[in-house]
Amino acid sequence: MDISSRNNVTVSGPEGGPVLLLAHGFGCDQNMWRLVAPVLAESFRVVQFDYVGSGRSDLTAWSEERYGALEGYARDVVEIVEALDLREVRFVGHSVSAMIGVLAAAAAPDRFASLIMIGPSPCYIDGPGYRGGFSAEDIDELLESLEANYLGWSAAMAPVIMGNPDRPELGEELTNSFCATDPAVARVFARTTFLSDTRGDLGTVSVPTLVLECSQDAIAPREVGAYVHAAIPGSRLVTLEATGHCPQLSAPEATAAAIVDFAGNRS
Amino acid sequence: MCPIGPGPDRPEGEEATSTDAAFTALLEDSAEELYESAPCGYLSTLMDGTIAKINTTLLTWLGRSRDEVVGRMRFMDLLTAGGRIYHDTHFAPLLNMQGSISGIALDLRTADGGRLPALVSSVTKTDSGGRPLLIRTTVFDAGARRSYEQELLRERRVAEEARRQVEEDRARLQEALAVLQSSLLPAALPPVPGMEAASHYHTTSPDRLGGDFYDLFPLDGTRWAFFLGDVCGKGPQAAAVTSLTRYTLRAAALHDPDPVAALTTLNTVLHERYAMGDPRYCTTVFGVLEPVGDKVKVELASGGHPPALVLRQDGRADYLPTPGGLLVGILPTAPFTSARTVLAAGDTLLLYTDGLTEARIGEKRELFGDEALRDFAKGLPHTGAQQVVTALTGLLNSFGDGLDDDTALLALGVPTNRPHPANGTPT
Repeated sequence: MDISSRNNVTVSGPEGGPVLLLAHGFGCDQNMWRLVAPVLAESFRVVQFDYVGSGRSDLTAWSEERYGALEGYARDVVEIVEALDLREVRFVGHSVSAMIGVLAAAAAPDRFASLIMIGPSPCYIDGPGYRGGFSAEDIDELLESLEANYLGWSAAMAPVIMGNPDRPELGEELTNSFCATDPAVARVFARTTFLSDTRGDLGTVSVPTLVLECSQDAIAPREVGAYVHAAIPGSRLVTLEATGHCPQLSAPEATAAAIVDFAGNRS
Repeated sequence: MCPIGPGPDRPEGEEATSTDAAFTALLEDSAEELYESAPCGYLSTLMDGTIAKINTTLLTWLGRSRDEVVGRMRFMDLLTAGGRIYHDTHFAPLLNMQGSISGIALDLRTADGGRLPALVSSVTKTDSGGRPLLIRTTVFDAGARRSYEQELLRERRVAEEARRQVEEDRARLQEALAVLQSSLLPAALPPVPGMEAASHYHTTSPDRLGGDFYDLFPLDGTRWAFFLGDVCGKGPQAAAVTSLTRYTLRAAALHDPDPVAALTTLNTVLHERYAMGDPRYCTTVFGVLEPVGDKVKVELASGGHPPALVLRQDGRADYLPTPGGLLVGILPTAPFTSARTVLAAGDTLLLYTDGLTEARIGEKRELFGDEALRDFAKGLPHTGAQQVVTALTGLLNSFGDGLDDDTALLALGVPTNRPHPANGTPT
């Protein structure tokens, strides 16, 4: 199977430039990078993609078995890196993708030069001596929210979301589709994301790492950012004056500047 | 006269006046009043979600005072924890990308810990330069609607689970049926010296057991018995009769291999069951093979079964008639007649069930028939039993949905280049 079309890979920026691989998190797709990608592409070879099951990826390649574990998403990353023969990859992972990047770098260590983690959390659920910010019941509520909002989307949006490049008129109907996912797929991604515990993997990181957090983030609160920073030896922690979980949308200039600064100075 | 006020001759004027009064009252209903008491919740927030303005309706729903909300809480703080994740991963990014978002189902938390199911829509207000200034949000009470939707969701989950269960059951049933079906047929045909044997079973419905059967087995050192037949009907009852038929014929043949005797025994056994109230019968051809020199002597008898077809090495194909053979099992005593032939090198004896000859072909759905089968056989290169079965399998597949019954094929042939296994390998 062609990995590039399976994962809807898009490439911009100077050919031969240092590679920035942008990985979206749970919720939406590579459109999350739209405000920062043009700036990054001025000096980097920017590679974006959708995980199988998200955005315009090939839904027929999705299986619960593979994507019910973060390792399945990490395999997507490694397969993209190998298919495009990317080297010295600066991996930018948003939200759960920050930890997916840790797993991918451990699986293919010779491909990755650095990790940039935006709003990372290795464990969302509170445990003994650890505060992730959520309880198991909170995650059930999220699943409810997902289901409540698929009533209108699942049937009507599915054919549009599955990708109709030959029918551009459907573009008009794309409202909300950036974040629309097949309910079964979203449920699995949500569970996999919010029930994961990858705290033990942080110690495997051996490349220069930037932890980029927001000053006000309910999903990845500052104490989680501090935990990740402490668990990855030699990592750098940068706190953006931004609210919410998506600084690449709410504070794109500062986010892009932090990425350029870190990825441009180290390799 | 110039009436100023309403007169008895202008009843419609009276109406107009009361409408005017209503309009006047409406105009006195200020925009502020409309905002505060609208039948939906309004709130405006800064870009970071801090609540800057909220109407009385929403405050009442939330059970909170303006002072504890404005400037102190953010919109996300009003949501359930799960709703907050949904907001931050879906709602906020979409609003950012599109400038507006509508009809998102979210639950708000009331001051007393209760839940307010709501449908939420937001737009971003921008300044003249297009920079986002604030977010305006409308909140509709969706309590009744949500419980209906949850009902739908529950039903859908039940339906999905039921469908999954049905598919699982069906797969298990098909697997069980396939095992049962194969138990009614020999796993492999035994080698008969100087002969080639081939068979095929075509299933039209994996959900139902077919009633066709065949077998080939040794009688003694020099003779082999074979049979092929069809129990009327399908399903487990037919399969039970098929099983009974198969083992009865096997046992009868070992006791007395004469074809008429074997069929007579089978008739007695099946009729006993038939008379007991299970009106099932079968049609079958039973025969004995006796290789003699480079030829094979065949004696067979039929009970109501389509006649065997003999394909000769020179291209001829003729039915081997067994007139008068009755359906097996319907009468206490049944007459069966036998027929004989000899197979020489290149000859093949073909047995089949009526699924083949009763297939419907072409646009007019005409019966395939005995004549067409014989013509088809004549056109075949007579290279052996396996080739005949392969060609007929292709024919069966070409019938498509015109083939609506299971079909069994058994071909017994004498190869043109006969191996001599008895001679062993030359040393």
